[in-house]
Amino acid sequence: MTVAVRGLDVSLGGRPVLKGVSLEVPAGSWTAVIGPNGAGKSTLLRAVLGLLPCAGEIGVAGADLAAMKPRQRARLVAYAPQSPNLPVGMSVFDYTLLGRSPYIPHLGRESARDRAIAGEVLDRLDLTGLADRPLDHLSGGERQRVVLARALAQQTSVLLLDEPTTALDIGHQQQVMELIDQLRLSDGLTVVTTIHDLTLAGQYADDLVLLSGGRVAAAGAPAKVLTRAAIQEHFDARVHVLPGPDGRPLLSLERP
Amino acid sequence: MTPPDREPSPAVREDAPGDVPARPEKAPARKQDVPQDAKDVLQDTADVPQDVKDVQGAAKDVPQNAENVPQDTKGVSQGAQDVREDGEDVPQDASDVPQDAEDVPQDARDVSARRRGDVLAGPGAGPRVRGRLRPLPLVVALVLLAATLLAGLVVGAAGLPVSGILAALADKVPFVHVDSGFSVVDENVLFQLRVPRVLMAALVGGMLSMAGAGYQGVFRNPLADPYLLGAAAGAGVGATLVIVVVPGDPGYGVPLAAFAGALLGVAMAYALGSAAGRGNRAATLVLAGVAVSSFLSAVQTFMQQVKAEELQRIYSWILGGVGSADWHQLALVAPYSLVSTVVLLAHGRLLDVLSVGDEEAASLGLSAARVRLTVLLAASLATATAVAVSGLIGFVGIVVPHAVRRLAGGSYRVVLPLSLLGGAAFLELADLVARTVIAPGELPLGVVTAFVGGPFFVAVLRASRRQVET
Repeated sequence: MTVAVRGLDVSLGGRPVLKGVSLEVPAGSWTAVIGPNGAGKSTLLRAVLGLLPCAGEIGVAGADLAAMKPRQRARLVAYAPQSPNLPVGMSVFDYTLLGRSPYIPHLGRESARDRAIAGEVLDRLDLTGLADRPLDHLSGGERQRVVLARALAQQTSVLLLDEPTTALDIGHQQQVMELIDQLRLSDGLTVVTTIHDLTLAGQYADDLVLLSGGRVAAAGAPAKVLTRAAIQEHFDARVHVLPGPDGRPLLSLERP
Repeated sequence: MTPPDREPSPAVREDAPGDVPARPEKAPARKQDVPQDAKDVLQDTADVPQDVKDVQGAAKDVPQNAENVPQDTKGVSQGAQDVREDGEDVPQDASDVPQDAEDVPQDARDVSARRRGDVLAGPGAGPRVRGRLRPLPLVVALVLLAATLLAGLVVGAAGLPVSGILAALADKVPFVHVDSGFSVVDENVLFQLRVPRVLMAALVGGMLSMAGAGYQGVFRNPLADPYLLGAAAGAGVGATLVIVVVPGDPGYGVPLAAFAGALLGVAMAYALGSAAGRGNRAATLVLAGVAVSSFLSAVQTFMQQVKAEELQRIYSWILGGVGSADWHQLALVAPYSLVSTVVLLAHGRLLDVLSVGDEEAASLGLSAARVRLTVLLAASLATATAVAVSGLIGFVGIVVPHAVRRLAGGSYRVVLPLSLLGGAAFLELADLVARTVIAPGELPLGVVTAFVGGPFFVAVLRASRRQVET
């Protein structure tokens, strides 16, 4: 489903963090939000989730997200935070089952269907063998997939991922990004990620949104956004931009 | 939906391994892991006669065996043999797959691909849910409670025989007539002194432990205490006020005032915490609780010093005990206990959701603030109820949930009910110690729980540190 944000203003502790941010993510596409530290990338995701008081319009498939009840919203938009709280001792399966929360009656218990869906999600992410393992006995790559599993168990059509590749080595970064892409294509998910690695963002996302100082500085196809001048201006970094074999830009640092 | 520059891939798992760079250095570690997993499976299969469903659950975890066991649950020995064989195979498989990217053995992927269609077909199967109260721990807790209750009835100065006590209890069941051989005095000792006392100890212990577990869930901190939010200090003020103001025996005035004081203390802490900040609600609330507790303790100390001749009565209330329990008092506190028990037990799953933090819980559609307020109210009601009739009995609310967590898992759907039962048994035992150690005198109950709880707590801390280190 299309995610449309119009004129979003967010203040945290009296300080404006996002100023008039607008973006449109077409259904089934992948948009990566990039920008320097403190540009408001995570804040944007949290505002879309309704976790922050904000002014402006946030719509999913034409419906106003702010007017929805939390449970309705949680059936539409799933979220994987940058540093998730993984309760000590909870098993991978039980953690995945938390993703079924929006479907379980408030004081009720999960149904056999909820359990089956959680099991199926684990199966898709090759986590079945880890289902009984406590969360504190997982490697970084496994942890990232488990958090993804919880988000997928919500069976939403929109996935918001905050830095899904943080603290992963290059192999696991690729693995997670491929996985997200394949899930997106097979389930028709609309994906919005924040991401620090600009080349990685350019390789996978259909569109990039460059946030700087709380405003959208540039938006569009990777080759259009990731230019030497834009990186110099907003990140204060000197990079060399090469067009890759598929036309997507490859960035490398240059020593000044 | 499909962007033009990307081809849709047919299935996730067939593509993923190919894209992963070879990481042979990971393979040896995996090799060592696998035989252990296989051993676990052997243990699980040993349990088969008790709970065949378990094996189905366990077998799912060993993907190699996934097709055999669910179809053949009756042929347990054969299933077990399959697992054993597969277990021996696994190390070889692991070494065959050097590119295994640290996660799942290669053959698990094949089997999961084959099994994929079955997943929705058999909804009852699948990995076991730890967050469920299983029959074994529940039965153990119930037996433990029954045993301690009986011990509490048997031990005492009057020397009543066990058989007589059982007969007298059976005689109370409608339409059953058993002659216990007890005199009227014996009957009175049993039914007017021991039974109420034993029930009260169980009730207070259950309330305090369950409230402790509830607070720990709300504050996401296993060291949170039922007295955290000023309940104890508030109760102290209430009880002291009545003892100081009312001459002679105030009767039920003390428990009623303690109850009101405990609720007032919690309400003050909550109001202060809510007014103070929007940021980290849980931490602000704890700080507010500390501030309110200090203030109310000062008020209580002031009143007590003004009327120093009542010092002994005040202290004997503060140190706690259930020696004065009677049926009327039990009837007084039963409704509150029932309400808080029902509310707390109903919130087990929501506390599990809350354990991922407010923000993530909100993204899962849960209003953390509402759940927190409800659980806080119910836990505070349970605490106030216990404090009102027993004074201040420490450590129960921390020690029991902690022990339950280590023995039966951390899900609040398990911790809350087992804390209720375990806490009742624990305080029953503590009361037994309190009235036998210096018989015919009695130790205050709070002293006994602190004696037991302190060292226990240190042991738990040491054990959990060791666990972290390994």
